[in-house]
Order: sequence, then structure tokens, then C-alpha cells
Amino acid sequence: MDGDLNLNFSEEEIRRYARHILLDEVGGVGQARLRAARVLIVGMGGLGSPLLLYLAAAGVGTIGIADDDAVDLSNLQRQIAHATGSVGRAKIESAAEQAASINPHVRIVAHRLRVDAENVAGLIEPYDIICDGTDNFAARFVIADAAYRAGKILVSAAVLRFDGQLAIFGPGGPCYRCLYPSEPPEGAVPSCAEAGVLGAVTGVMGTLQATEVLKLILGIGETLAGRLLIWDGLAMRFRIVRLARDPVCPVCGENS
Amino acid sequence: MPTIELTLNGEPRAVADPTSLAALLAALALDARKIAVERNEEIVPRSQYDRTLLRQGDKLEIVHFIGGG
Repeated sequence: MDGDLNLNFSEEEIRRYARHILLDEVGGVGQARLRAARVLIVGMGGLGSPLLLYLAAAGVGTIGIADDDAVDLSNLQRQIAHATGSVGRAKIESAAEQAASINPHVRIVAHRLRVDAENVAGLIEPYDIICDGTDNFAARFVIADAAYRAGKILVSAAVLRFDGQLAIFGPGGPCYRCLYPSEPPEGAVPSCAEAGVLGAVTGVMGTLQATEVLKLILGIGETLAGRLLIWDGLAMRFRIVRLARDPVCPVCGENS
Repeated sequence: MPTIELTLNGEPRAVADPTSLAALLAALALDARKIAVERNEEIVPRSQYDRTLLRQGDKLEIVHFIGGG
């Protein structure tokens, strides 16, 4: 798969990525794989901000970002890709600028849209790995179903208050609906806007999400594929549990 | 009536034998659409709650469905 990999790096790039290249698990070939990778991040909020900045800093070559929102003052307590001077601007513009200022070698593709059932297939098509950092259940199911049907890897994180969850769903299942088959009843589960979230909790989860994306691209270590990480930030307790494929899952089950 | 002892969210709990996972959630007044259930470190698919009979020593954790970003 690395047959066409471009291994030429400038002196500037070699210095920039020196701490990566030093790692046996990365090296020059791994750094070239990062440069060749195409990752989509849906949601430029609390999760998407650190995720974008770390993937850009790491030299992931093509990063798509999708969001239709503008930066609000109440975002800045956690959404570190946006600065005070960007209040009122489109989040994708503000985030793309921050990422480019960290690493100008990376191509940021900005998609100003709210993901829905109509636009999702075209949105995810050019990317290898899809990251969900959205703030609502409707978008989460749209992204998860489309990613499964397109055979893409989905790295999905969620936060609320002091809690975080992270999972990777790949081809063959289990899929997101094996864990959560359908949206919760309207109003039954609060959003961060309704219930609050500790800013640093989004940073932890977005950074864990970035770590898993980089491992997936590099093909190293043991990823969370088929497992769910649950973090209780107040108790400082991490747990990892296995996901089971639902035999009657409407998306990845035997009769779907 | 025979009972089985299990651990629910880290606390010991006794239930009648047999009790399905669906019956336990109903007794706890938990809305299955807002949670996932972990049994012995594995998520039980929601479609299997009815047929999942609890066993002596089971460790159950309720996982709350969250979707913030």
C-alpha cells in the first residue's frame, strides 16, 4: 500500500516532524503516511478544535472540516481553535486559519454545511477516516450510518458535563447503532448548551480522538476498534468495554 | 424464591431468579432509549435485553447516552 508513497521531505519538514520521525513506530515512512492521509472532522467545536489542531500539527496532509456555525463568545471556554477576535466569523474559517498558522504544509478543506441525510455521502466520499465531533444526535446517526455504508472508519467521540465516550466503528461492524440503536426521545438527554461541559473534558476527548486517528493512519498499536472508552472525569475513572454486534442491527445486522 | 446476586454500578444487588435485563431496567425505571448496558465488560445490544437472563455474579454498569461535542 506504500508503493506510491512520497518519501521526500524538505529540511524544514524534517526538523518540524523530528520528534515523530524519532519514534520507531512512525519514522519517515509513517510521517509520509500521515501526509498522504485524508481525514474529515465533522463539527468544529470542543472536540473538533483540539482534534484539528493536533492532526494539523502532526502533518496529516488533507483535513476536511465541516460546520455551519459561527463562533460565539460562549464557545471560547473550550473551543480552542477559535480566538476572541473571531467571534461572529464562520467556525470553519477561524479554525482553518489557526490550523494553517500551526502547519502551512497541511491542506485544510472547509465545508460550510450542516451535515444531513442528503449531503453526507458526498461530504465523506473523499476521506479515509471520518471523525464525529458534532453536538447533536441527529447528525451523529446520519454520519454513522453513512460512514458504515461507505465502508469508512468512524472515530466517534462525545462529551457532556464531566463525561466522555470514544469509540471506533469500522467495516463489518459493530456499528454505532449496535451501541445506540436510535436517537433518545426528544429532550431526554441534554446538550452541552443545556447541561454544561467542563472545557478541558472536550480537550481530553478530542485529543484521545486525535491519538486514535494517528494510530489508525500509521497502523500501529491497538486501537479502540470494536471497543468503547468511557471516561468519568469527576471520578477520574477510565473504563474500556467490548462492543457486541447486534444481530438485528438495522445497519450492520445479518438481515440489513 | 431463589435470588441471584449481582453488582450494579459497583453496588451489590439481589434480584429474583430468573430476571431478564429488560425486567431489571424496568424495575429501576430506566428508559432504555437513553442508556446502553455493559455486562461483564461487554455492551449488551438493546435488542437482546429481553432474552438476556441475569446470572449470579454478573457485573452491570449503566452507560449514559451522550452526544455533545
